[in-house]
Amino acid sequence: MTTSEWPLWEVFVRSRRGLSHTHAGSLHAPDAEMALRNARDLYTRRSEGVSIWVVPSAAITASSPDEKDPFFEPAADKPYRHPTFYEVPEGVRHL
Amino acid sequence: MTTLLPETDQGGGPEAYEKAFDAAIAADERIEPRDWMPDAYRATLIRQMAQHAHSEIIGMQPEANWITRAPSLRRKAILMAKVQDEAGHGLYLYSAAETLGVSRDELLDKLHSGRQKYSSIFNYPTLTWADVGAIGWLVDGAAITNQVPLCRCSYGPYARAMVRVCKEESFHQRQGYELLLALSRGTPAQHAMAQDAVNRWWWPSLMMFGPPDDASKHSARSMAWKIKRHSNDELRQRFVDICVPQAESLGLTLPDPELRWNEERGHYDHGPIDWDEFNEVLRGNGPCNEQRLEQRRRAHEEGAWVREAAAAYAHKHREQGRNGRTAA
Amino acid sequence: MSVPRTAALALGDDALILSQRLGEWAGHAPVLEEEVALANIALDLLGQARALLSMVGDEDELAYLREEREFTNVQLVERPNGDFAHTIARQLYFSTWQELLYGRLATGEGALAELAAKAVKEVAYHRDHAEQWTLRLGDGTELSHERMRTALAALWRYTGELFQPVEGLEVDWEELREEWTRRITDVVERAGLSLPEGPQGTSWAAGAGRQGIHTEPFGRMLAEMQHLHRSHPGASW
Repeated sequence: MTTSEWPLWEVFVRSRRGLSHTHAGSLHAPDAEMALRNARDLYTRRSEGVSIWVVPSAAITASSPDEKDPFFEPAADKPYRHPTFYEVPEGVRHL
Repeated sequence: MTTLLPETDQGGGPEAYEKAFDAAIAADERIEPRDWMPDAYRATLIRQMAQHAHSEIIGMQPEANWITRAPSLRRKAILMAKVQDEAGHGLYLYSAAETLGVSRDELLDKLHSGRQKYSSIFNYPTLTWADVGAIGWLVDGAAITNQVPLCRCSYGPYARAMVRVCKEESFHQRQGYELLLALSRGTPAQHAMAQDAVNRWWWPSLMMFGPPDDASKHSARSMAWKIKRHSNDELRQRFVDICVPQAESLGLTLPDPELRWNEERGHYDHGPIDWDEFNEVLRGNGPCNEQRLEQRRRAHEEGAWVREAAAAYAHKHREQGRNGRTAA
Repeated sequence: MSVPRTAALALGDDALILSQRLGEWAGHAPVLEEEVALANIALDLLGQARALLSMVGDEDELAYLREEREFTNVQLVERPNGDFAHTIARQLYFSTWQELLYGRLATGEGALAELAAKAVKEVAYHRDHAEQWTLRLGDGTELSHERMRTALAALWRYTGELFQPVEGLEVDWEELREEWTRRITDVVERAGLSLPEGPQGTSWAAGAGRQGIHTEPFGRMLAEMQHLHRSHPGASW
């Protein structure tokens, strides 16, 4: 990395109140303040957001590359965690 | 980004990884940055995304050429917004490429030193205001025809960047068409300006789809990997079929005497494309190759002190920055 | 309440001409992120210009068919872009003033107040952008410090004109000047710089934009901006 290369930031945008921030993309900025401003210009110039987070890409810790490894597989064995697992007689509502 | 969990070895060697990759491609699943992928797949993607990103930022130049001269304030605003979008699209695409482990600076270096290409179309000059319209209608039209299938490209970050790009580009083509329509229906001088621009941009636009299928060296493998979804000739044909009726509505003609409807094929036939010209421009002998690259290099070099200043400031103030607001 | 013509033209011309200058950056910015930022500011200003000019006439006639002497923008906004530091210094001086002025106008009534209320939010962002860069250039490297200092000094003489009363605007201009000076001083000092010395206007030319007297580069800029429109009289685009 040359001295003038700015670090990479990940941008998360809350598109409207009541929703969580979702990953919008990334950008380069020299520091957090500029990253926020660049994110505002780049990812919300069509009014796509009401709130922005920026996180240095280097600060993110990720699970292992293979998204189907033991980290996630076990969850697939627990269908009873999902509402569609349960049969409900026809006509029963608000459940 | 760091990875916390160790990679688990479930008894498979490299072949197992390759098998998993092939299976994901076959099942139309997306490949994500940290998945194993063949080196050639990675290299192909980097080359293609970089070239795409470079095209966006070099592509700003021919249009920016008219921002200061736009003939109405409404057109000036539209053009400025469009050129701004192109900078944004370049940014999305460089970011997507960076997920594969190359830095934007590396890619820019390759662009500036001529080791990576950008779309040859931008080596043609914008001589009149009508060229802004022709670029919107034809060049962006061709680009969209190419790009829409990329939204389903097998590489996740590229596909996601393209979804955003395509959504934002929908206005680019329309503004070009509307601009040409106003000229075509305007004074005789305006009409002539529009026709002249279409005459100059039609053939280069057809070349944007790349060499014919039998001469395209990267096509077959890219299709197998689902980076590419349709062949060059297929997309070119789709574009021609769309443009012919649009030109009629514009009241302008396309500069190809052999252009006619082929009942049997259900498509328009078109005349031969001058691939010698294409290759010459690709080799650097187009009307604006040097000018485009020179401007890009100059902007980058002249901006170095600004980027260095911001980096130096950030370095000095890193401690204060840590006391900033936290996310909520 | 009718819109005061002199004021709408003066403010409209300020926004139009600065937008035109910022538009020249397209494809030349020091980094891609800044292409996007500068274009955002230029687009905001162009939007303000169109709204202001349309209050008192046809926006295109006013932009394209007036002669140099009929433009009443302050000279500051027509100054050439120079290097990035000059552009930032121009932005800092102008947007700080514009934010303060529009904030005051927004408390009034009528179309101008409505426009000011909307524009002041955009302008606050422009001012923030200029401030952030003034800090980074001033407190960045030795080279950037020197360039920022030079730029602030070079444009200083064009700042006095910002506080000349504009017919039709009920503003306490002296108070505006004090507040502006306080804010600029604060920013440049945080950037490790100091307020330039010397007059904020000179005996000839500097400070006469509101009277239609402009600097040399302005005529050339206008020629570029207007030539296509003027080459096709009566055409629509």
